[in-house]
This record gives sequence, structure tokens and C-alpha cells, in this order.
Amino acid sequence: MLDFILLIVIYIIIYSISSLGLNLIVGYTGMLSLCQAAFMGIGAYSTAVLMTAGHMDFWLALLSSGAIAALCGILIGIPTLRLRGDYLAIATLGFGEIVKNVILNWDSVTKGPMGINGIPGPSLFGYTFTSMEKLPWLFLLLFFLAATYMLIRVMIRSRVGRALEAIREDEIAASAMGINIAKYKVGVFTTGAFCGGLAGSFFAAYSQSVAPLTFDFMMSIMILCMVVLGGLGNSFATVIGTVLIVIASELPRLLGISHIIPAQMNQILFGFILVFMMIYRPQGIIGRIKLNYGKMMKDEILHMER
Amino acid sequence: MPLLYTKNLRREFGGVIAVSDVNFEVMKNSITGLIGPNGAGKTTLFNNITGLDFPTKGNVFFKGEDITELPAYKITRIGIARTFQNIRLFREMTVFENVMIGRHFRGNHPKLSRNRLVNFALGMVNLKMEEKDIYENSIKWLDFFNLLPFRDEYAKNLPYGRQRELEIARALATEPDLLFLDEPAAGMNPQETEELMATIRKIRDLGVTVVLIEHDMKLVMNICDTITVLNYGQKIAEGTPGQIQNNKDVIEAYLGKSDD
Repeated sequence: MLDFILLIVIYIIIYSISSLGLNLIVGYTGMLSLCQAAFMGIGAYSTAVLMTAGHMDFWLALLSSGAIAALCGILIGIPTLRLRGDYLAIATLGFGEIVKNVILNWDSVTKGPMGINGIPGPSLFGYTFTSMEKLPWLFLLLFFLAATYMLIRVMIRSRVGRALEAIREDEIAASAMGINIAKYKVGVFTTGAFCGGLAGSFFAAYSQSVAPLTFDFMMSIMILCMVVLGGLGNSFATVIGTVLIVIASELPRLLGISHIIPAQMNQILFGFILVFMMIYRPQGIIGRIKLNYGKMMKDEILHMER
Repeated sequence: MPLLYTKNLRREFGGVIAVSDVNFEVMKNSITGLIGPNGAGKTTLFNNITGLDFPTKGNVFFKGEDITELPAYKITRIGIARTFQNIRLFREMTVFENVMIGRHFRGNHPKLSRNRLVNFALGMVNLKMEEKDIYENSIKWLDFFNLLPFRDEYAKNLPYGRQRELEIARALATEPDLLFLDEPAAGMNPQETEELMATIRKIRDLGVTVVLIEHDMKLVMNICDTITVLNYGQKIAEGTPGQIQNNKDVIEAYLGKSDD
């Protein structure tokens, strides 16, 4: 039982890294992207191929996977720069399908529908992580989640974050404020894809195998659900959303009633969550954080008067 | 030489000529009015100068340099800011954040190197100084417009007149040499308009050249040094308020031709 809970926590952390990336794209910058699973798939398969066929060290493979996913982020980011809202969503949806089909059909590299098995676990200071021992994995992943979270936080609370939010609020006004919109849009897509790639890489290394149909449209929707449920444009809320979604999707197994409620119920559940949230609480459970810059000022003015 | 001028600027939308070979001049440190009946091409001219739209033919010169092809964000960076006819605030951001955005591209602290690589190397130190600089600058402009009490409100929650002021504050935070105001007094009551006039004069006294589109003739005639009149995309008159008031073509454009 404890093992199963640890497993869930590990999935929560892996998905959190990915959903934090998607939150940058959807929540902060307001670009509806439906291909986060594709970025995870790219990351997972990069790691799988590099480590099995390429015999690469995990840490190098991890970085390469992130970089490859980021590169794909640029590739999808540039041509879709002028697209907004629904049109961007459709374009990213198409990209996701392309990635899935490339993985499925590029037999010589991805072994097609068979997937890739026997991915070695990462080793650190002579210790090798395996999926049998979950606690070390948990700490390793927690470290990366914390790093991702902090980096995003620093970024968001600087002029970069404000620029992203300005783009979400009004692109024309943002460009009239001297913000290079194209640069930020492609940049945020790249960063989001990098996060997805990292998450995918961990996914592959933890499961020690990858299968092509894992990273399908449903997974993108699930990650989007995490972002929307917690609250768009709020990293903490995104993590909370991820916790809730992963637990909800594993609940039948957790309670031992998976034979009564089949896994396909998840899809109904995600759909229901999206519809319900959009109607009754579009800002998410927690919602956006309002940064009260003026509050800091009070002390400063008092200080000046003294 | 004028601070900004257009040379035979022309903008066609399909068959419609919105702006027809207009030579528009703005002298340094002046307040210039741009007036004309609805659909005369005033906003189109603004958009073509500020890089939100590009002319079919003709050029725009600022400080002697051709800026016709520059995109909006570069136009802002060389010192031209603007407001919009239909207020375009970042509605779900606070008043403070709105003004902070104005200083986005001047982010690097003046004390630091202009060299990006050096700034990048300075990393977190730079980030902190940058925020402090943005912060102090924002306080300055909020104070200028007496918006400090509203600083942590969402922009969308401000009263209409305050929103207009915030938009000007945000534009000024980019520290422009030239400020374009598109109908700043629209929807304001006479008292608010009166205050706006004082504010615009104050802005000019800071050394910022102001160009404004406005339908409120009292405001235009009171504060503008020169006025340019557009009608059907063409410049029909140019001169001091006194000259414009007595110009036959202008009266005709606004009131129509008399029969006798």
C-alpha cells in the first residue's frame, strides 16, 4: 500500500514538472496549447533511445531530452506565432498527432508499437535508481520539481513574467509598451516544451520503458486539466491541480475497486472537470495570485519620511 | 526641423484610401492637435506612425531617421509612446503592474553596463536592481497622476476617467520624447476634461512633445500650439487654433457647404 502511495506521489511530481511548463504557456501567456504530452513523448523517447541504443549516461540524456523537446517547441512556436485562441489550439493539436504518429511509425529508431524496454536507471555517486526502490526516486524528483518551481517563480516575478501577462491581457498594448511579442511567445513555448521534455525523460527513466500510445491527446488534456483545475497563471495552484487529478485518476485502483470503475472513466472525469470549471470557476480552485507591489511600498515611504 | 514628420504618407485598405499622401509635422516640445470628422483617417495615421499598421506608400521620420518599417515595440523603444481610443489596459493586472510594464524594455539599471552579456553575467544582482529601478520609476508616474491610492487595484476596477489616466501614466513610464494620445477626453465630463488639459500641459512641461486626436474642440483650441485637420484622408488645413477656427475648408468639413 505504501509502495502504491509512493508511486502516486512520484507520478504527481513528474506530471507537475510538465504541468508547470504548460502553465507558463496557457496560464501566464494565454496561449492554448494542446500538445504538452507530445513534448513529454519527445523527451521520453529521446531518453529511451539515447540510453539504450546510444548508451548515454542518464544525466546527459536528461539534458539532451529537454533540449530536443525545447527545439521542437521552437519549431511549433515560430510558425504558429500569428495564431491565437482556437486556431493555435488546433495547430498544437495537429503537432501532437504528428509526434504520436512519428513515434509509432519510425520503427528503426522507436521500435514502433512495441515501445522501448530495458532503459537503465540513472546512477548518482555510485547509487543506481530503480523503480523497485521508490523513496530515493521520490527525493531525486522532488529536487527537480523544486528547482523548476523556483526558476519559474523567479522568472514570473521579474519583468519577463509581467511581459508574459501583458501579452495575455492585450497583445497590441503589450507591443506598444516595447515588448517584443514574438520573442516572448517563442521563448515561452520553448521553456514549456523543455519542462515537458524533462518530465518525459524522468517518466521513461522511472518506468524503464516507453510505449508510443502513452503520450496521446488524452494525456495532453489531462495535463491541461491540471492547470485549469488549480488555477491558470499560478504555479502553486498548478501543483495542487496536478495532485488532485493524479489522485482522482488513480482512486479506483487506490480503493481497490478498479474492476468496478474501469480506467476509461478517467476520460469522462477529465471532460467533466473541464466543463464544470469553465462554467462555475474559470479562474480555477485557487485562481491567480495578485501581487501587491504597492504593499511593499508603504514601508518604503515611511522610511523616506523618517 | 520637426521632431517627427510624415512624407506623402498613404494608406489604402482595398479600394478605400484612408490616408492620402499626408505630410504631417510635429515640432519639438509642442502640443499638436489632429482633428477631423469621424472616419477622416486620424487613427489610421496614428497607427501608421506608431508601427501598429504600415503605410502603403510614403515614409515616417523621427529625429531625422526613417522609422516607417519599424514594428510597434521598436517604435516605443526609440521614444514614441501612445494611448488608445478604446482603452487598452492590462485589465487583470494591478495599476502598479500596468505602469511597471511601461519600463519593461528599460529594465537594465542605468548604473550597469549596456552590454547584455555583462548584465547577464551579473545575474541576480541585476535582477534585483532592475526591479528596484522599475519600482521607483512606477511610483514616480503613479504619483504624477495621483494614482497611488489605487496602486493595488486591478486596472479593470478603476473608474473610467482613472483608466484613461492610467493609460497615459503607463505610456509615460516608457519615458518617451513623443506621446500620442488618441481621444484622451472621450467620455469625460467637463470637470475631468479641465483636469486633463492641465495634465497635458504638465506633461509638455516635462519636455515630452504631445500629439492628440480629440473631438472636444474646447480642449483642442485651448491647449494646442498647432492643429492639423484631416478630412477624407486628406490634410485640408494646418495652423494655429485661431487660423483653424476661421478656415473656410475646415468649417465646411465640419458643418457642410452653405447653399448660397
